[in-house]
Amino acid sequence: MIQNVTALEMPIDEEFRIVKNHITHGKGKRICIVTGTHGDELEGQYVCYLIAKMVSENKHKLSGTVDIYPALNPLGIDTMQRGVPAFDLDMNRIFPGNNRGSMIEKVAHDIYTDLSGADMVIDIHASNIFLREMPQVRISETTAPTLVPYARMLGIDFIWVHQAATVLESTLAHSLNSTGTPCLVAEMAVGGRISHSMCQKLTDGIQNLMFHMGIWSEAPEEGKVGDSILCDKGDAVAFLNAQVSGIFTTEIHNGVMVREGQLIGQIISPLTGKVLSDVLSPCNGLLFTIRAYPVVYEGSLLGRIYKDESIQES
Amino acid sequence: MKVQTIFRMSSPYRDDFRIKAYTFGNGKKTLCLVGTMRGDEIQQQYVASRLVALLRSAEEAGMLTDKMSISIIPSVNPSSINIEKRFWALDGTDINRMFPGYDQGETTQRIAAGVFEFIKDYQFGIQLASYYLPGNFLPHVHMFRTGFEDIDNACLFGLPYVTVATPKPFDTVLLNYNWQIWDTQAFSLYAGTTDVIDHEMANITLKSISRFMLQKGIISRPLNVDDCSDIGQEDDAMPTVIDMADMIDLQAPHAGLLITKVSVGQSIRKGDTLAQIMHPYEGRETCRIVAPEDGIVFFARNKSITFQNTLLFRLIKCS
Ligand SMILES: [Zn+2]
Repeated sequence: MIQNVTALEMPIDEEFRIVKNHITHGKGKRICIVTGTHGDELEGQYVCYLIAKMVSENKHKLSGTVDIYPALNPLGIDTMQRGVPAFDLDMNRIFPGNNRGSMIEKVAHDIYTDLSGADMVIDIHASNIFLREMPQVRISETTAPTLVPYARMLGIDFIWVHQAATVLESTLAHSLNSTGTPCLVAEMAVGGRISHSMCQKLTDGIQNLMFHMGIWSEAPEEGKVGDSILCDKGDAVAFLNAQVSGIFTTEIHNGVMVREGQLIGQIISPLTGKVLSDVLSPCNGLLFTIRAYPVVYEGSLLGRIYKDESIQES
Repeated sequence: MKVQTIFRMSSPYRDDFRIKAYTFGNGKKTLCLVGTMRGDEIQQQYVASRLVALLRSAEEAGMLTDKMSISIIPSVNPSSINIEKRFWALDGTDINRMFPGYDQGETTQRIAAGVFEFIKDYQFGIQLASYYLPGNFLPHVHMFRTGFEDIDNACLFGLPYVTVATPKPFDTVLLNYNWQIWDTQAFSLYAGTTDVIDHEMANITLKSISRFMLQKGIISRPLNVDDCSDIGQEDDAMPTVIDMADMIDLQAPHAGLLITKVSVGQSIRKGDTLAQIMHPYEGRETCRIVAPEDGIVFFARNKSITFQNTLLFRLIKCS
């Protein structure tokens, strides 16, 4: 059943609407699949499609509720903008919102209220147009004891437990986790694109999680859900930032092991034909993030490496 | 007057990104003012540039106190103003949400770090701030409740209102907040408008900065700001300190075309019409925004369309 989570008037003959597909059968727990907070992140669109298709075509396997929210920032998705158009705001910095606040704060409040009380929320992000990410779940260290076991059920490649930051307290995930609704944040691939295989893998993982939570009666096929690499040491991630402004080029794909001193990419000058900067790995480890968008300024993030000697290249 | 480039960064094809500081006087770092950080802060650019001119004259006239220095950074973000983008154009980040910055981090974190390194040791800090909603304000001084806020000093600007607010998690990366945490007495000054120059509001703001500097003994005579209307000009008038949470917010019950009937600073009586919202196709009034009690218009939206629920007015209660 398609339901409105919130609806507000726009100035000229248009209604602003956030919708969800509410699918329920029998008694049981509730899982919410949410995505589209950032309008340039599209991987979650295909995951929502796959989950909606799986659940609506096999309702007899459902014991409980699956709520699918494919577009928390519908204006952004429809107009190819990361933030909320007309407000110039990052939707993921205003939670839990305010019922009596301005339009966008009220929208955040209505989303938060609708999700509150669920047994699990999966918030799917897809990096941005700048960075390509290995499929991963990001968990703030304060919620790690509760959430890491669930993240493992997703069988996602990488679990990154990061330090808490006050500024991130305004995210949807933090607002939910701090008020008793468990929320896992998945990050994968790159903005503006859909990778079918990664989406299928995350969908299998969500099915596995639903199976273990007793919401879905069927486990994914043997071998479809793998193990995760867990990174839970605060200083274990090395950040590669551009030393100069220019055009970044690389042949390397993320999700591979790199060695200290290995060439990750180059920042070049098309004007002079010179290499401005060789980007070298500062350590041995797993390159889980790589820059996708070539134009860089000093400081632009080029990659992230999980420092771990023990990982074997698959 | 000394001009220096405090931060420089190359761009792939554009001219170098430069942040400049204008310093007056010598000695203890006493007052620092940061002008624009976002690309739509034209009024703030105007105020900062005029302050540079006023301080230059003051220095030449021997009005600056010995062993004190004043620095003005007219803009932290010329790159965005030049292309009429509010935020850092490549990645959409807001420099004002990057403090205290990180010199090994992302581009805007590095910019914030470079600026903060220069400004962090001043005794007093003033930021010419703007609000995320389009609209005009009564000029006022704003500060966060951090435990370090200094309301007595904020009153020395002599503006009619000093506002305080409890910081939200997202506010902890603002310049004002971090300045306070790093022991600078920080004030955000709202100069009335944002994307258009309002000469009178700019004068009120400049006079308030002059008053503060005079009260703190940084200058020996008032800066030579043009004549202007006297909002809060009596030096002995005590400003009202208001918590933002105590103001009355009026939101749009419906979306549509917004016809505003009042302006900021205006006193209003309960029942007065503040705005009409018109149907965008049929030209009829869909609703009317009416004052719920007596008060003063502190903030008024200056865009002529509105969503449902958009904040239109913020009122100070008269009681
Ligand atoms: Zn995102």
